[in-house]
Parts: sequence; structure tokens; C-alpha cells
Amino acid sequence: MKRIAADEKTRVAFRLNGRPREGYAEPRMLLVDFIRHELGALGTHVGCEHGVCGACTVSIDGRIARSCLVYAVQIDDASVMTVEGLAVEGKLTALQSAFTRHHALQCGFCTAGILISTTMFLEQNPHPTEDAVRHMLSGHICRCTAYNGMVQAILEVANAASPSIVDTAGSVEG
Amino acid sequence: METQESWIGRSIPRKEDPALLTGAARYMDDLSPVEGIRYAAILRSPHGHAEILKIDVSAAEAMPGVTGVVTGDDVARLSQPLANLFGLKMTYYPCARDRVRYYGEPVAVVVADNRYIAEDALDAISIEYRPLQAVVDPEDSTASSAPLLHEALASNVVHSRSFRYGEPETIFATAKHLTSIKTHYPRVASTPMETFGVIAHFQSAPDRYTVWSNFQGPFTMYPLMCAALKVPSPRVRLISPPASGGSFGIKQAIYPYIVLLAVASRKLGVPIKWTEDRLEHLAASSCASDRVVEMTGAFTKEGKLEAIAIKQLENVGAYLRPPEPAGLYRFHATLSGPYDVRHFTVENRAVVTNQMPSGLNRGYGGAQYCYPLERLMQRAAAELNIDPVELRRRNLIPTAAFPYECISGGLLESGDYQGALDLALRKFGIDEMRRMRDEARASGRLFGVGVACSVEAAGSNLAYVNLALTGEQRAGRLPKSGGSSTSSLTIDALGGIVVRIDGAPAGQGHETVVAQIVAEEIGVSPDDVTVMTELDTLRDSWSVSSGNYANRFSTTVVGAVGLAARAAATKLRRIAAPLLDVEPEAVVLRNGKAHASGGKNVAVSIRSLAAKSHWDTGGLPEGVSAGISETATMTQLGKDVDEQDRLRSAVTYSFQCDLAAVEVDRQTGSVNILKYVTVHDAGRLLNPQLADGQIWGGFAHGLGAAMLERVVYGRDGTLLSTTFVDYMCPTAVEIPPFEIGHVTSPSPNTLFGAKGLGDGCSMLTPAVIANALDDALGIPDLAPPFTPDRMWSLLSGLSPDADKGPRDSATRETTLPFADGGTVLKGGDELDLAAPPEQVWRLLFDVEAMQRILPGCKDLAETEPDHFAATIVIDIAGIGGEYVADIRIREKDEPRQATLVSNVSGRLGFGQGSATVTLSPLDDGARTRLAYRYEARVGGKVAGIGHRLLGSVVRVVLGEFFGALEEQIAAKPSGLLRRLRRRARLLAKAILSR
Amino acid sequence: MKPVKFAYARPQELSELTELLHSEGEDARILAGGLSLGAMLNMRLVTPRLLVDINHVQTLQRTQNAAEYVQTGALVRQADALLSPEIARDVPLLRAALSHVGHFQTRSRGTLAGSIAHADPSAELPLALTVLGGAIELASRRRSRVVNADSFFLSPLRTVRRPDEVVTAIRWPRRRNDERFAFREFALRAGDYAVVAVACKARVAKGVVEDLRLGFAGVADTPILLDVSFACGERTGEGLADAISARTKALEPTADLHASRDYRRQLAAVLTKAALMDVFTPKLESVS
Repeated sequence: MKRIAADEKTRVAFRLNGRPREGYAEPRMLLVDFIRHELGALGTHVGCEHGVCGACTVSIDGRIARSCLVYAVQIDDASVMTVEGLAVEGKLTALQSAFTRHHALQCGFCTAGILISTTMFLEQNPHPTEDAVRHMLSGHICRCTAYNGMVQAILEVANAASPSIVDTAGSVEG
Repeated sequence: METQESWIGRSIPRKEDPALLTGAARYMDDLSPVEGIRYAAILRSPHGHAEILKIDVSAAEAMPGVTGVVTGDDVARLSQPLANLFGLKMTYYPCARDRVRYYGEPVAVVVADNRYIAEDALDAISIEYRPLQAVVDPEDSTASSAPLLHEALASNVVHSRSFRYGEPETIFATAKHLTSIKTHYPRVASTPMETFGVIAHFQSAPDRYTVWSNFQGPFTMYPLMCAALKVPSPRVRLISPPASGGSFGIKQAIYPYIVLLAVASRKLGVPIKWTEDRLEHLAASSCASDRVVEMTGAFTKEGKLEAIAIKQLENVGAYLRPPEPAGLYRFHATLSGPYDVRHFTVENRAVVTNQMPSGLNRGYGGAQYCYPLERLMQRAAAELNIDPVELRRRNLIPTAAFPYECISGGLLESGDYQGALDLALRKFGIDEMRRMRDEARASGRLFGVGVACSVEAAGSNLAYVNLALTGEQRAGRLPKSGGSSTSSLTIDALGGIVVRIDGAPAGQGHETVVAQIVAEEIGVSPDDVTVMTELDTLRDSWSVSSGNYANRFSTTVVGAVGLAARAAATKLRRIAAPLLDVEPEAVVLRNGKAHASGGKNVAVSIRSLAAKSHWDTGGLPEGVSAGISETATMTQLGKDVDEQDRLRSAVTYSFQCDLAAVEVDRQTGSVNILKYVTVHDAGRLLNPQLADGQIWGGFAHGLGAAMLERVVYGRDGTLLSTTFVDYMCPTAVEIPPFEIGHVTSPSPNTLFGAKGLGDGCSMLTPAVIANALDDALGIPDLAPPFTPDRMWSLLSGLSPDADKGPRDSATRETTLPFADGGTVLKGGDELDLAAPPEQVWRLLFDVEAMQRILPGCKDLAETEPDHFAATIVIDIAGIGGEYVADIRIREKDEPRQATLVSNVSGRLGFGQGSATVTLSPLDDGARTRLAYRYEARVGGKVAGIGHRLLGSVVRVVLGEFFGALEEQIAAKPSGLLRRLRRRARLLAKAILSR
Repeated sequence: MKPVKFAYARPQELSELTELLHSEGEDARILAGGLSLGAMLNMRLVTPRLLVDINHVQTLQRTQNAAEYVQTGALVRQADALLSPEIARDVPLLRAALSHVGHFQTRSRGTLAGSIAHADPSAELPLALTVLGGAIELASRRRSRVVNADSFFLSPLRTVRRPDEVVTAIRWPRRRNDERFAFREFALRAGDYAVVAVACKARVAKGVVEDLRLGFAGVADTPILLDVSFACGERTGEGLADAISARTKALEPTADLHASRDYRRQLAAVLTKAALMDVFTPKLESVS
């Protein structure tokens, strides 16, 4: 049984966006603080730290998670995907491109989490209704856009049924 | 590349997006600009109003990893109080000293190796408070009996001014119809997703502060910071990060925190980073003021509005934090909005209360004014039996009347208000909607249509801030009409084009629009233009009006960019002219090249012209200086307040007309917005997609304010909307169908004809929805937010604020579980005990017995007769901790009755309560009936976060207490579970079917 | 908003887990999905010495079918249950309740058992379990026990679980062929906790109610059942729905920031009628 004392910093080794990474964390360190401040992956943002706003949403082993409600020590050996893992060599995914086309973001602070959520959502629901898209988005708070551009962008990608979203996400997860 | 039509006015993709979409953008918390940064956490008042009797930080300072602690005394030693507009003796430091005046007010700063340790140390600071009576309602606070917030002031009313324009007395005396309304517009906050962030770095020799923060202006706050930190400019150096996670004006209020962290850096000798958390943000960043407005309109019987009498009472919170009370004056130059009215009286007051200080919030001062004005129009239409749309039409400023100078000085320079109204009606399908309404009503449904109109100021100058001063007060001071923007454009030796602006944007897409303007003016593609939006007060040009607020971008910043680009273009033409063998005027810049107009098919690239300007300075035409580096300033139109209190406080005014159709569910009170149309006349649209993005965003804020959001305090000053669970922002599901239309009457006052549209619906939507609800329900007294329970209360004939308190109050007691509007819990019960009253009495008031029955009692001592000091552990599902309790027994009438008065305080909050216990003999004194009534006031974190469950928690604790008493009496061990289950059964009474 | 220091333990076996809780359960919190616990930790409302991460205990992952009930292990995630065809078929009320639980983003980690053990009186799953007459399996070092839902919840956030016990599984009574279900909820925003939720289970034969259970979330300290025994033997229809709905006047909800006491009572009545009409009307016999 793994056991870590409260003061003990333990080694956490995992895959971040497909690459092996490691760092040290005491048990109470939030995953989002770990990836941001220990590993310097600053693309994931902190919005509320009580699991409501969704800005910090990441994927852990293919499951979506609020990284403010997960502890770094929990992700040993896991595979974590953040917004930095979406575009490959600077090439935006179909979803990212649709976001810019539909002006689905303004300040961009909530966008990282929304992109991760949506990517996972479309894997499970390749052809969602607008209502389903809105309900999925209700797990995020955006204060700039009224969500309109996001809904349009997601529906456009879903209707185009472009396989690139799924492929990209899948390969990063590996 | 092909020849392009104009770049301006096209919806090109945003330059900002790739970095934002890939996680490459850098926000405030992403920065680590200096080595050795330590991390701050701020201890905050759990009280709405209290004296600080004692503060002990020694345990915190001694903790490993803690750099040090800064208290109010340090702040007072190392800085000056933050000034207010009137020089009032309202000592305002960014950290409280001997008194706290709002929930969340800073009382100490801990600096440590990381935020985790800093928060640990916060828990180790011990503070003794003496709670004071709080006042949260602005009207209550004006009473002479109200607790005085600032002892050096005679009253909580900190500002009072009246105005008169035209001949209002005459008009009112002869008016055919008067309509009056009173509204209380509640507090809302735009809650940007990125919270406040500051890195403060003090360095000596000379003393200076470098501060990275997401402060976004207005830079009128800069002198306040210098004064507070007691250094001359430029020894406070402000730097803003490349990306901002939203502001909506809120981040104006970061400046006291900048001072606080700067002082901490000075005291502790390290650079310090503070990233506000969401609980801090919701409690103590900023929000819009709430405002009580009484308005009376004098109408002709045809519905022409001729005069308005206005009384406004602004709740600015605990301190008059600049630029407040300017929110009262943002609309003053256009007192009748889009309507043609020439006679006014205005009485403005601002009052302090035990709420967080208010400040800029999207549509500063706008919603608080549009709401009563548009409700007045709606009520007048109903009273005069005139269609509300027709009433607007009769009062809107006619198109032929532009430019229209308002009686209070505002200049509405252009517009087609009637045309915009027509378009809105068409898009809305007014006839169809009315038909639907009639059908719905015929079948007994509650269906309403609402309309509202407004003007929107853009490019505000400082005159309106000055209007809060009387002519006498202004006389000795520098006049204020400042409004300008400076931009610089350089083209380096390789042809790289860099533009710097002083706009400090927060996600609106300014980089993109600036690039479009530059591309247009110098004939390149927006892709070729790099736009720097970071602002560094030591390196970049800035002025007091710099920043991101008041629709300043589309009017003023783009003007500066345009002028700088035109200057660069002129220089490029002069360099190109001899090479193309034409006059400079004949050079056309297009597609990255300078062409000779007039048929000559020759061109030279802009890149090589730039190269020449750097590499071959000797070969430049006579009088052309080396390099291409052009700085230009756009000076706004505007003027300071004149002797008649008239002012021109904005460059341009756009117009907006909104229509909404709503249906209210009689059974649940839910309001369904079936259709919503907004039409803007905002002049020329620089990028239509971004313009619509702003309108959508403003709508989400307006919708939130109308339907869900509210900053709520209990009457004791405890904040109740402390989390994103209770401060409810709309999600994608709550956004109704929404359509946008545009009419474009270019502004002659701006370089490209643009006006403003960023505030838009955030100011107007609550009024439109209210008007539609009024139409549906015929209920005049409506106060947002129109939540289902409030609407249902109205429909049931209950006041939504029924259990108490003033009508339309922003402090919404009604729905609180607590009797008098604070976090007060009342209750009682009775139980029969198998022992005579004398024995019960002994068990209740004997030290040893008390120790046994007091839940979680660790130790208890009788310090003097009937006065006990105890340490108790309260633990409800792991929530709780150790509390210090002071218990006194009063009105003792052995063995019949006694009252216990207690004060309890601990890490999660505090409580004060009293319980009266009555013992009556049963069965000839063999048994006892014990009856108790209690009243407890609970405050602090646990009340703010956990109010939903607080009543149950108190019942559980009492259940434990009396369970233990029974157990003592029965003198046998009894299972806790059984006792608790019994309690639960009692509570659920007969409705439980087991 | 950072938690206090705590130690972390990650047992792999149930025996390790119960041993740990036996020795340190008083000061420990059990971490499954972590949605509610994480927020309370970050706010320092709870300050445990030890966090026991049960996510790696394999035996808690299982869903098993017993004759009378579907047994979901403590680690069965809400999202998986929501997508499970077996749950939709065998426990339709759970399926209906789950669609109101949180968000896509929270259901992915949130567990069925975690929501029940957390015992928020406004939560959907404790209500569904109570109305179904389900049960909670608990294990400690020494013994296992099964507690019926209607005696599991004590008050907000409190249950009969002892500190040395862990919820190992939830028993969801399997649908009988003649049972109909309805779940109705009113929340202020998508995914929010219910202001009031109503769950209903009924057996109706030839237009006559044979059995009816009706329960509420958001109106008391725990999920509660309304005594509607008088309805048995009555003919279904709007009249009966109104009569039952009138019984909600006896509820004594507490008010909060978002809903007054009277309003909660009103919602209880409205939702009750809607839920009853759902089960009375054959074509809507199960609401999804």
C-alpha cells in the first residue's frame, strides 16, 4: 500500500500529453498546481478551486477531471492531457480552428478546459444535438462570450464529422 | 496577394487566438519575472463590522517556510491612506487596523515559500474581534440611528449633490400626468474568470516598486498608488502581462492590493506574488454599486416626457474607493438617455455600508440608471394607456435633431434611433409576438413583451468624475477633461511592423483590430503587424486615461493607432516617391508595396523602404529622418464641468434598442425568455464578428443580472454569495435565443466613425426583462434578479422580500432561513426527562455535568459565578474544529428557568446565541418537561459558505446537547446513533413513512 | 484555497483499506471521485490528517447482478452508470436521476457511492436510493453490514457510517416488470443541486394504484418519503395526483438564499403532480 506522510514530497511520474514527466509533490498539492508550477505547463488555468467553473479541466487516462479537485499524488503512472496536447506541432485541431472561426473565445482563460471537455465529449458523442452540447458546456463558466460561438463551433465540427479530433486526442492519450 | 477591399470592417480571425487555443498565452499567474518570489495569502475579516481588539501573528511568523507577516500597523507605517475624491476623513488603508468594515476586508498578509504554507500560517494568526452592529441596506444606513462606519465622519452619507437643469418646477406644476417609480437595483459582479494577480517587488536606492499585475486602468489610479506608497512617479512601475483573463472593469479595483503587496515587499525584502482565489474575489474584489432610485416623470397626455425628477442613493460599500462615487455621474451628461427631455432635478447621495467597496463593473453606473428610467417609461405607458413602443417613438430624439446637445451637456453626435427601433421591431416580429401574447393570454398563460432603449457612452473623459465635486470644490483644482490615447508604430530594418497601444485589453481582440487598422493604412496584411498590448509605465507612453474601460478602444485607442499608422504611411510615401519617380501624394501603399499611381507599373516593397530608412539614412529624401518610428496621440473631444454643471464626458454615443418576449410559469415562477432582439447603432463596425462577440458577452452579463446573479449580504454583514455555487453565473443552458441587428450611423467624432458597444445589454437587459414581466403580470414592483422563487412569491401575492425588510431590498432576507435577515437561526423544542426539575437543573448548570453534556467539550471552567470558559470541538461530518466559548447564565430562577448567553469563535467562524430553558414538573415532579427557545447568530466562513446547511447543523449540535442531557439523566450509556435518529425523526415528524 | 496538510494512503485491497480505517478512520477522509470532498478540502472546511484514496481497490469497481438488486461497487462512476444499458433496463429510476447529477465533467469521476456517502440532502442519488428502498453495504475490519437507505441518512452530510467503515457497494433494487418510475427535478441552472427533486415508484394495475413510493430531495435534512399509503387501491388520474400532491403541505423545508420555505413546498407539490402523471400515464411509464 502506498503511503505518503503529510510532509513528504514524493516523486510523481506520469505522462503529460504523451511525454513522460516527473516531479515532486506532497500529498496535498493540487494536480493543477503541480502541472502549472512544478512542471511549468501553464496552459491549464485556475478559475475557482471548488470544482464549479471548469477552467482547470484536464483528461486523466481518458476521463475528464477538474484538476483543482485531484491531487498530484493520485496521477502516478497516469496519462494526463491538457490543452497543450491538442495541437500537434502547431497545427490546430478541427475544434480549435472552429473555435477561432466562430469567435468562441475572447479572453481565452476558460478555453483550455472547454477544449479538453469538448474533445472528450465529441469522442463519446460524435453527433450531438445543440441541447446536448449546451448541457456539456454547462460544466464550464465563460464570462466573455455567452457560449454562442462555442456552440456553433462544436456543432460545425460534429456535423463535419471530421475524424481528426478523435485521432488527435487518441494519439495524445497514448 | 490580391488587392483587398478595406481591412477595416471585416471579420478576420483573431490574431490572439492561436496562443489562447494552444495554452501558449501567458496570464498574470503564469509570470515569474524575477528570482526569489514568495507567495502571499491574505487573512480577511469574518465580520461585517467589528473592532479588532488584539492581533497576534507570532505563531504564524514562527512557522517554517514563512517569510513574515504584514499587519495593518505595518501598512500604516509604510504607506499613506488611499485618498478619496473629497478629502473626507475616511481613513482607508488596504489592510484594516483597528476596525473592519466589511466581510473579507484584509487584516493581515502572510508571505511564505508557497501559497499552501501561507494559508497554513493564516490559520495560526489569532485575532480578537468585538462585533459591532452592521448596516448593509443603503436606506437604513442614511438614518441617524445607523451605526456609523467612519468615526471621523458625522454621517454615513459621504456625498450629496443636487442639480437642476431647465425649468423643472414649471413643468411639474403644469404637467398633465406624473408617473413615479422607486427601484433598488441590486449588486452584481462580472467575476472575470481570471482573478486578481499581483507581483510586487520593492527595490531600494532609490526606493522604488516594480509591480506586475492585471490592473487594466483607468490609470487615474496610478497617482493614488504613488501617493499611498510615498514615492514620486515613476518609482511605481506598473507592468501588465500579455494576456488577461477578463476584467469588465472589475480589475480597476486591484490598486489597493497593489499598494498592500508593495508594502509587504518593502517590509519583508522579497518580491511577492499574490493570486487572489475565488472566495477572495467574490468577497472582496469589487462589484457594481447597488442603487435606490426614485424617479418622477412629467408627461403630456400624449406621452411626451418633459421633465424628470431624480433621487439617487448609491451604496458604495464600506469605503468611498475612487473613482466612486463617479458611477452616479457616468450617465449625467445624458440624463434622459435617448429621449428628448430638457428639464431635470437631480439629487444624488452616496452612502457607506458594511459591504465591499463598489467600483467599475461592465457598464459602469449604467444598469443602475437605465433600469429606473426604462421602468418609468413602461409604467407611464401603462398609466397613459399608450403602447410602450409608441411611447418610446414619441420621445426618442428624431434623426433630424442630431447633433443633439443634452441639457446637462452631453453631445449625441449622430444616430438613427427611430431607424434602429424600426429594425428591432422587424427583427423581433412585433406583430407576431403580440399575436402570440394574445393567444397565450386567452388560454390563461402569463406572456409579456418588453422594450427598452438606451444610449451608450464611449470614450469617457474624467469630467464626470469631477462632477461629484461642487463648483466651489472644483474651483481650487485643476480642471479635468482628460481623455487621450497614445500609440507608437515602428518598422524595423527587416520590415517588421510593431504597434504599441495603451489600451490594456482583456480579451476583446484589440490586437486584431489594431492590426486591421494598420494594415489598412500602410497597405500590408494584418498578419504582418505585431501588436504589443503589454503596458509598462516606465517604457510605454501612458496617460491618466489609459486603460481598458468605457469603450475607450473603439473611439480613442484606434484613433491613436490610426494617426500613428498614417504618420508612418506618410513617411513611407516620402521615401518611396523618388524611387518611383512620383510625388509622395501619388504613392499608393497596397499589398505590402508602394505603388506609383497614375498608370506607372512600378512598385517597391515596404520592407525595402523600411530597410532603406535604417541602412541608407544618407539616401533619404531631404527632411526625412532615419528609421520609421511614429508615435501619435489621439486627444478626445470633451470638456470639464462648467458653472451650470454641464459636461461633455464622452466622445461619442451609440444607441441600443432591445425587445424581449417572456412567459412566466405560474406554478414554478420560472421565466422563459422566448425571444430577445437587440439592435445597436454603434457607428462603423471595425470588425463585425468581434462587435457581435462584445454584444453577446454584454448580453450574458445583463441576463445574469436579470435572472440569476446577486451579491447578497445578510443583515449582519455576512456575505452569503461566497462561492460560484451561490453566486450563479449563467451557463450555456441558461442563454436564451438572442438576435443582433445593426444600424450604422458613423460618428463624426472618431477617426474611423466607430462608437462603443461593449457595455450594451449589460446595462439594458434587466430593464427589458422587467418591462416584459410587467407586461405579463401587471406587477409594477419588480426587482432583479427574477429568480423563480421571487417570481413565484410575486405571483402568490407575497412580497419577494416578505419576511422583512424594505421593498426591493438588495439584502434579500426573505429567503434566508433566518428570522431577522441576518444569519440568525431561531428554534426551539421540548422534551420530557425522567428526573425531577431539581436534578435536571443541577445537571444543566453544574460544572462537571456541563462538561459532560456540552458537545465536544474539551475543558470548561467557571471563571466567576455563572460565567464559564470552555473549549469545545464541534464536528459535523468533519466540518468544524476547536472553538472557544464564553458562556454566561442569566436570569436564573432555580429550578424553573434560566437563559444561557454564549459567544463562540474559532477558525471557521463565530456564533453568538442565547437560549432560554424552562423546566416544568410532570407527574407530580417525578419527571420534567424541558422547553427551550434559542436564537443564534452565526457568522464567518461557515455561515458564508455553508448557510444552506447551517440550520441543520445547529439542530444537530443542539440534538447532541440535549441527547447528552437525557443520557446523563438516564445515567446509562446511550448510542449516539439512536439519539440522532430520534432527532431526525422528530424533525421529519409525521411525514416520514417508515 | 489550498487544503491543510494531510497524509495520503492508497490501499489496493479491501483488507488494507479496512485495516487502515480501523486504526486511523477517525481522522481520515475517504477519497473516491473527490468532487465534494475536494471543494471542502480546498476551502479548509474539512481538515483530515489522512486521505484514503480508494480508487485503486479493484474489488470496489465491480457491478454485479443479484436476483433482487443491482450491486454497484463503491467506485462505479456516475458517467458509466448513466451510459450503462443494464442500469437503464434494470434500475431506470437511477438512470433518470443520474441525468440530473452534476455535469459531464463531474460525472466522469464522481461515483454513485460517493454521492450517497456524502449525504447532501439536495442530491439526487440518495433520493433515488431511498425511494427504491435500496441499501448501502458497509465494511469494517471486523464485519460487513447492510443498511437500508431509509435509515442510512442522519442529517446533512451525516450518515450512520462509522469512521472505521467504508461504503463498499450500493444495492439498487431491480425493477419489477409492473413497476413504473418517474424523476422530476427543479434546479436553477443546468447541473445544479436540486432546489427540490421528486422521485416516484409505482405499481399500477388496471388503472388502480397497487403500490406507491414518493420521496423528495431538498425539503428536509435527508431525503424523505411522503406517506402516500392512502393512494393504494385508488384509481390513477389527475384527481389522485392532486390529492397526493396536496399532502406535500406537510413538508417543512428550510429556506436558503435561492428558495424560500413556501416556494420549496410549492415546488414539491408541482413536481409531485408531474411525477405522478408520469407514472399514471402508461406511455411515460419510465422517464429518462
